[in-house]
Amino acid sequence: MTTLLNVKDLRAYYGQVQALHGLSFSLNEGSLTTLLGANGAGKTTTLRAICNMVRSTGGIEFDGKPLNNRSTESIVRFGIAHVPQGRGTFTTMTVEENLQLGAITRKDNAGIISDIERMYAHFPVLKQRHTQQAGTLSGGEQQMLAVARALMLRPRLMLLDEPSFGLAPLVVRDLFGILGKINREDKVSILVVEQNAQLALELADQAYVIETGRIVMSGNAKDIANNEEIRKSYLGY
Amino acid sequence: MELFTNQVLAGIATGAIYACMALAVVMIYQAIDHLNFAQGEMAMFSTFISWQLMQWGVPYWGAFIIALALSFVGGIAIERILFKPLAKAPVLTNVAGFIALYAIINSSAGLIWDFTIKQYPTPFGSSPFLGSQLISTHQAGMIGVTVLLLIGLYFFFQYTRIGLAMRAAASVPESARLVGINTSWMIALGWGMATAIGAIAGMLIAPVVFLEPNMMGGVLIYGFAAAVLGGLTSPFGAVVGGFLVGIFENLAGTYIPGVGNELKLPIALALIISVLVVKPAGLFGRHIVKRV
Ligand SMILES: Nc1ncnc2c1ncn2[C@@H]1O[C@H](COP(=O)(O)OP(=O)(O)OP(=O)(O)O)[C@@H](O)[C@H]1O
Ligand SMILES: [Mg+2]
Repeated sequence: MTTLLNVKDLRAYYGQVQALHGLSFSLNEGSLTTLLGANGAGKTTTLRAICNMVRSTGGIEFDGKPLNNRSTESIVRFGIAHVPQGRGTFTTMTVEENLQLGAITRKDNAGIISDIERMYAHFPVLKQRHTQQAGTLSGGEQQMLAVARALMLRPRLMLLDEPSFGLAPLVVRDLFGILGKINREDKVSILVVEQNAQLALELADQAYVIETGRIVMSGNAKDIANNEEIRKSYLGY
Repeated sequence: MELFTNQVLAGIATGAIYACMALAVVMIYQAIDHLNFAQGEMAMFSTFISWQLMQWGVPYWGAFIIALALSFVGGIAIERILFKPLAKAPVLTNVAGFIALYAIINSSAGLIWDFTIKQYPTPFGSSPFLGSQLISTHQAGMIGVTVLLLIGLYFFFQYTRIGLAMRAAASVPESARLVGINTSWMIALGWGMATAIGAIAGMLIAPVVFLEPNMMGGVLIYGFAAAVLGGLTSPFGAVVGGFLVGIFENLAGTYIPGVGNELKLPIALALIISVLVVKPAGLFGRHIVKRV
């Protein structure tokens, strides 16, 4: 299996405050990997460092090419779609405009139009509301819009920051089902940050646990889920 | 009744100019969250450039187009050189930047073209429009050009990818970068377009107020008023605000006893303040519908 994303000795800083202390992990092509950890562990910071939205040192390689020192907007062009914490919806624009923005770096108009239809098939509720201001969607609908917006890039890697946040359990199940399907059928590799460890471990094949800016645990998702000791000491359930 | 219609139409004509200035101000405000005090001076300078070209023998519309293109490039240059480096600086530093820009442009214009008042031609003539005494051909031209401009801008922002990208960059910059939009260049582009829009306003109003380095002072105040009245977050509101301020200014000057040319400005501003007391975000200020 080929390594798609390789992060080595990542250190990230907010001003003088260091948030990541030499964090290393990797993600295989086609994998659905989850990054777990408590509040403030550094999950969001890790995703932000990959997209160069926070000052960092260390090595970040995507498909063998270094991403360091590239601007956020140029990293997108490698095929990395990032759904930030809080979803990053363009609230004052319509649902359809949000989808078009996801594909703003693409030039194939016909492909964009058919992909919008594909998103409406994945998420029928978005079709019903395609002319509606995105800010008026419910939290769950906005999360679906955010995932759809990311998919409009036709990404090779999707970074999702707490997609389950604020959603009802049933909606979360739905959403995770769709993520699994996208991963298998569209061959999109996914790195998902989650607080809901139980659900994330069901979905993922690979898992890493972060504590105060370091990886403290890694392995096969099923193994971690089945190991009560690890679950109790690192994931608290 | 004829007087009333006449004043309303004249108000729409100057209102068109205020609408352009308000729109220029709002475009920059949306991009960088600051009011460009130098917008009027930039428009004045563009107008001088077109005048200079005409002095050199370039025909009116040729000078108009060249001045627009130069304004567009000049606006981008001002953003790249002066305001991009100030992007993370405190508000007051930016304010100082705008005041410096104002002073620099104003005195350069005075230095190059001196402060004497100059005639500025109109391509529309100033005969009665369609044989009617209500409105002159130049006033009709001001309205016509502005309406064309507004329609063009509407299509640009609503139906082109670059227009969509500019709106996205102004509304949620971080998300815009995450879909691959170079937000920094979108801001520069906004400056270029705002400067060109201001140039149109300057060239259209110059035959009325005459050409001199301080010609846009009053116009910009009305433009600001229009932008605030319509809501600084709404380009549409800015345009409506421009026309409303133009009409109100004229009607107040005509019908309120004792309000001559001198009192028009304070009366207009008083009206705007009263509107803002009731609707602080302006008439069309955006109410962002948000759910968490
Ligand atoms: N903008 C910031 N300025 C200063 N410190 C920050 C900033 N953002 C995050 N931090 C700090 O960096 C550390 C990691 O934060 P991060 O947001 O990555 O955590 P997280 O794992 O995503 O947590 P959560 O699950 O609550 O989202 C925390 O200690 C936090 O206080
Ligand atoms: Mg987080």
